[in-house]
Amino acid sequence: MLKIEHIWKTFNVGTVNEKTALKGLSLTLNEGDFVTVIGGNGAGKSTMLNAVAGVWPVDEGKIFIDYVDVTRLPEHKRALYLGRVFQDPMTGTAANMQIEENLALAARRGSFRFLKAGITQKEREMYREKLKVLDLGLEERMTSKVGLLSGGQRQALTLLMATLKKPKLLLLDEHTAALDPKTASKVLDATERIVGRDHLTTLMITHNMKDAIVHGNRLIMMYEGNIIYDVSGEEKKKLKVADLLAKFEQASGGEFANDRMILA
Amino acid sequence: MEIVKLFNALPGACAQGLIWGIMAIGVYITYKVLDLADLTVDGTMATGGAVCIMMMLNGYPVGLSLLAAFGAGMLAGLVTGLLHTVMGIPAILSGILTQLGLYSINLRILGGKANQAISVDKYDLLVSLRWVKGVPFYKNTIFVTALFVISIIAVLYWFFGTELGCSIRATGCNANMSRAQGINTDVNKILGLMLSNGIVALASGLYTQYQGFADINAGRGAIVIGLAAVIIGQVVFGKIRGNFAFKLLSVAFGAIIYYLVLQVVLWLGLNSNDLKLLSAIVVAVFLAIPYLKGKYFARPVKRGGASHA
Repeated sequence: MLKIEHIWKTFNVGTVNEKTALKGLSLTLNEGDFVTVIGGNGAGKSTMLNAVAGVWPVDEGKIFIDYVDVTRLPEHKRALYLGRVFQDPMTGTAANMQIEENLALAARRGSFRFLKAGITQKEREMYREKLKVLDLGLEERMTSKVGLLSGGQRQALTLLMATLKKPKLLLLDEHTAALDPKTASKVLDATERIVGRDHLTTLMITHNMKDAIVHGNRLIMMYEGNIIYDVSGEEKKKLKVADLLAKFEQASGGEFANDRMILA
Repeated sequence: MEIVKLFNALPGACAQGLIWGIMAIGVYITYKVLDLADLTVDGTMATGGAVCIMMMLNGYPVGLSLLAAFGAGMLAGLVTGLLHTVMGIPAILSGILTQLGLYSINLRILGGKANQAISVDKYDLLVSLRWVKGVPFYKNTIFVTALFVISIIAVLYWFFGTELGCSIRATGCNANMSRAQGINTDVNKILGLMLSNGIVALASGLYTQYQGFADINAGRGAIVIGLAAVIIGQVVFGKIRGNFAFKLLSVAFGAIIYYLVLQVVLWLGLNSNDLKLLSAIVVAVFLAIPYLKGKYFARPVKRGGASHA
């Protein structure tokens, strides 16, 4: 479903801030895989997701989604294949537009937009049903501006928007990191429900190791722009947080002891 | 200071306000919908009139001339849009570059002269400062310009409700989200700039007819008047919850208020040479108010005022 072949990415080339964030990274996701991604700060997790999403071009390597080479496609064209939820709740929605208008924008992802109605009555009924799944009461506030919602509500809405039109691949970039624990678990539950219901191939970055173990069927750990640990199936189910910590220690020669990951 | 003089001047102020209201609606599209400050309009506010007048002087009907003015404005917007998106020049600088270039182009359109007159007696104009009173209502300039304002608002209300219009609004609101939803934000910015400048040029075409001449300096400071109308409309009618059409209408009313107030200060004895300074001060003050209010006069939000998930 997703195939990443030896991608490289260096930022701020030729300056003191030069940083090679991805170093020949390769990854293949099978259809229906729900992969959690962990790693310290600067390990390249978000960079990998942004590379897949096409926020900027990669320096080397190739990316295939559903056997289509998307390496050279601009961000808005790749959107046809992708559903995305960002870390910052402000990023995924248009604050000055109504809840239903945001959903209507998402429903037209990947299709040509011209002079047809931006939203129809039939759609509104459908969105009402979909919003009920989130269990946040948003179905009663469909014409409210999204800017009036809390971070958790906005994240849940973004999740719904990302999956409204079934994506080939769902990219979740620490989408619960900015939320309080209770709201975070609500949004994670909704994620689990939607991914399970639609059998979505998913790549989820998280800072919470417990979440990384509990959710999904496969776990990868990143370090310095590469994947250092890839575990799935029964083996993953048996993982403990302590095992992951040990892996980190091993990979980094002890430096992870100070990383904020261990606080998670 | 005879009050009669003021009253005599009010219909004219109203008509001018309505024409500048159309212009301000154009500014609203870039400034509020797209969240771009587009200074191209200082050029297009002269271009539209120049194109319109020269076409009419060469025997073309007024409708076609206005349409050509609209098209010329769209071209100017296209240039600014390409400079901004394809060349990566900041929007405000792109607008200034186009505006400067337009000065030479406007001179060429006007046949190398700084202004060109058109006689209301010889040509079949739509609006004129002579027709603000004492003519049948359907010929009255206030009526005709009001029709223009209403039709433009109606078309824009429809357009910004379409798939394309919604995606342009989303582009102005959150470009990252828009790209993630498959929207080509570059193309949308260009389209918005074209639409905005087309409308400004149309207003310019009407204004030129109203005055009876096209002038190379007609657009100087146009952006400030446009912004003044947008801001006055927001301050006066902002408390009323209304849809998009109402917001556009309040922009047009903002322009009328601006011209009425202008008329009053002139009547009070202000030297008309000082008008631009006054406009600049008024707009600066109104732009500053929301910021100063938030910074120095912030009232604490009531407890439990915000809802949480």
